[in-house]
Amino acid sequence: MTLELPIYMDNNATTQMDPRVLDAMLPYFTKVYGNAASRTHRYGWEAEAAVEDAREVLAQFLGAESGKEIVFTSGATESNNLALKGAAEYYKSKGNHIITTVIEHKAVLDSCKRLEKEGFEVTYLPVDPQGRVNPEDVRAAITDKTILVSVMLANNEVGTIQPIKEIGKITREKGVLFHVDAVQGVGKTPFNVQEMNVDLASVTAHKIYGPKGVGLLYVRRKRPRVRLAAQMDGGGHERGNRSGTLNVSSIVGFARAAEIMMAEGAEENIRLISLRERLHRSISERLEEVVLNGHPEHRLSGNLNLSFSFVEGEGLMMAIKDVAVSSGSACTSASLEPSYVLRSMGLDDELAHSSIRFGLGRFNTEEEVDFVADLMVDKVQRLRDMSPLFEMYKSGIDLKSIEWAGH
Amino acid sequence: MAYSDKVIDHYENPRNVGSLQETDESVGTGLVGAPACGDVMRLQIRVSDEGVIEEAKFKTFGCGSAIASSSLATEWIKGKKIEEAEALSNSQIAEELSLPPVKIHCSVLAEDAIKSAIEDFRKKKAAKAALDGEE
Ligand SMILES: Cc1ncc(COP(=O)(O)O)c(C=O)c1O
Repeated sequence: MTLELPIYMDNNATTQMDPRVLDAMLPYFTKVYGNAASRTHRYGWEAEAAVEDAREVLAQFLGAESGKEIVFTSGATESNNLALKGAAEYYKSKGNHIITTVIEHKAVLDSCKRLEKEGFEVTYLPVDPQGRVNPEDVRAAITDKTILVSVMLANNEVGTIQPIKEIGKITREKGVLFHVDAVQGVGKTPFNVQEMNVDLASVTAHKIYGPKGVGLLYVRRKRPRVRLAAQMDGGGHERGNRSGTLNVSSIVGFARAAEIMMAEGAEENIRLISLRERLHRSISERLEEVVLNGHPEHRLSGNLNLSFSFVEGEGLMMAIKDVAVSSGSACTSASLEPSYVLRSMGLDDELAHSSIRFGLGRFNTEEEVDFVADLMVDKVQRLRDMSPLFEMYKSGIDLKSIEWAGH
Repeated sequence: MAYSDKVIDHYENPRNVGSLQETDESVGTGLVGAPACGDVMRLQIRVSDEGVIEEAKFKTFGCGSAIASSSLATEWIKGKKIEEAEALSNSQIAEELSLPPVKIHCSVLAEDAIKSAIEDFRKKKAAKAALDGEE
């Protein structure tokens, strides 16, 4: 098989849609195009039936009791906003305290920031150097004012999987609601809202080979029944939780993507772990001073985040322009700050600038992995030959002993 | 972000990568930036008795624009008198490479690197002159 360039290895950012998902969606653009809220004709009924079927599939995907617990949204950014702001507003008479972690997605962190401006108090729990939250920290942070705990299933940058089951035990015991941003982990690591005592969960289709612009919020209906204040006013769709005409074709695609995950995910994850380990091994056997960011075991199947010391991430990505990856380097962000996730894990800024995230997915092959490993070794060596830091390291100078001017 | 053709050219075929003997009297070394900020440039010059930059070398830890800025800087100062090299400004580098606003700091760093190498050379020369005077 010949290798085709460019190679996509940024599956934590988004995924290629599975062609089977596209096939499932197509009839809903030109044939079954009714508004699922139209009660007066067949077009509407058929669209509604498709949405209800999708709800059941997605409920099963999450281990939920019923499709009634699924609220469709435009994606996980909206789901996270709805979960945090909706619960905060609804339960504010019970308390004003929310607990989350420093490495959540911006959709959670910035929702929390806004809530702080409105008078809520937020505790941002730290993580260990591998990016894990200690469940006992969650327990210790809960007060009689706490209404909600929000912890992600797996981190988008470093792939660290959180002890959701342990945290769910604590929140249930304390009678506090538990929201999980399950975007990165669902389908890739065990997740079950019943077994893990999760009350609210955000999912998006485009990270599981489905379409962009559709997501869901799981909202528990029993033991306890969770209520939300809607953040989008309008026709009262989704049981009043989220107004707006449903994106039927995308919802159908979302469910098809989940179905494929349920059928093939277990096997796929074994394959992805083996590809990931192959990539890691092949690079680190040939290059010194390569640091693994995140947890070696509690890790998303397809995620490999490495820091290539003495080489800057954006400069490195320019050298591998035929491979789509991402970096925690400041240069890739508008803020010129390196990744807050890597920083929160206690990584030196210098190593954060040198980080590259490889996101392996369903459509990556062993040939691609071997090609990328060879390319990385070659380009890192080339850039190290141009790096004053590597020269200093090689001549035994401790880079920390130098007084850098900074800017 | 899209890079200009000139940035890509300097990045892919960097001019004057390397090192000069730091302890050599005719060599001035500038080391600017910080690893924690994501870019470090080391620029070195060898200056003739007539005050002409005969050789310029660099090594850079940084993004493509930082590498291109330092590569261009060495190319421009080679063969110039140190006074001429000193007059080179970051905006000339930024303009030549069509750097976008977020990358202007790369050209600033290159200007700093030139100035700092010249300063180092002058300090060395002054120290030597003082020493020679004592003898
Ligand atoms: C952990 C996490 N949460 C939320 C989101 C936002 O999802 P969406 O792109 O559907 O808005 C993403 C992806 O970008 C993510 O990785």
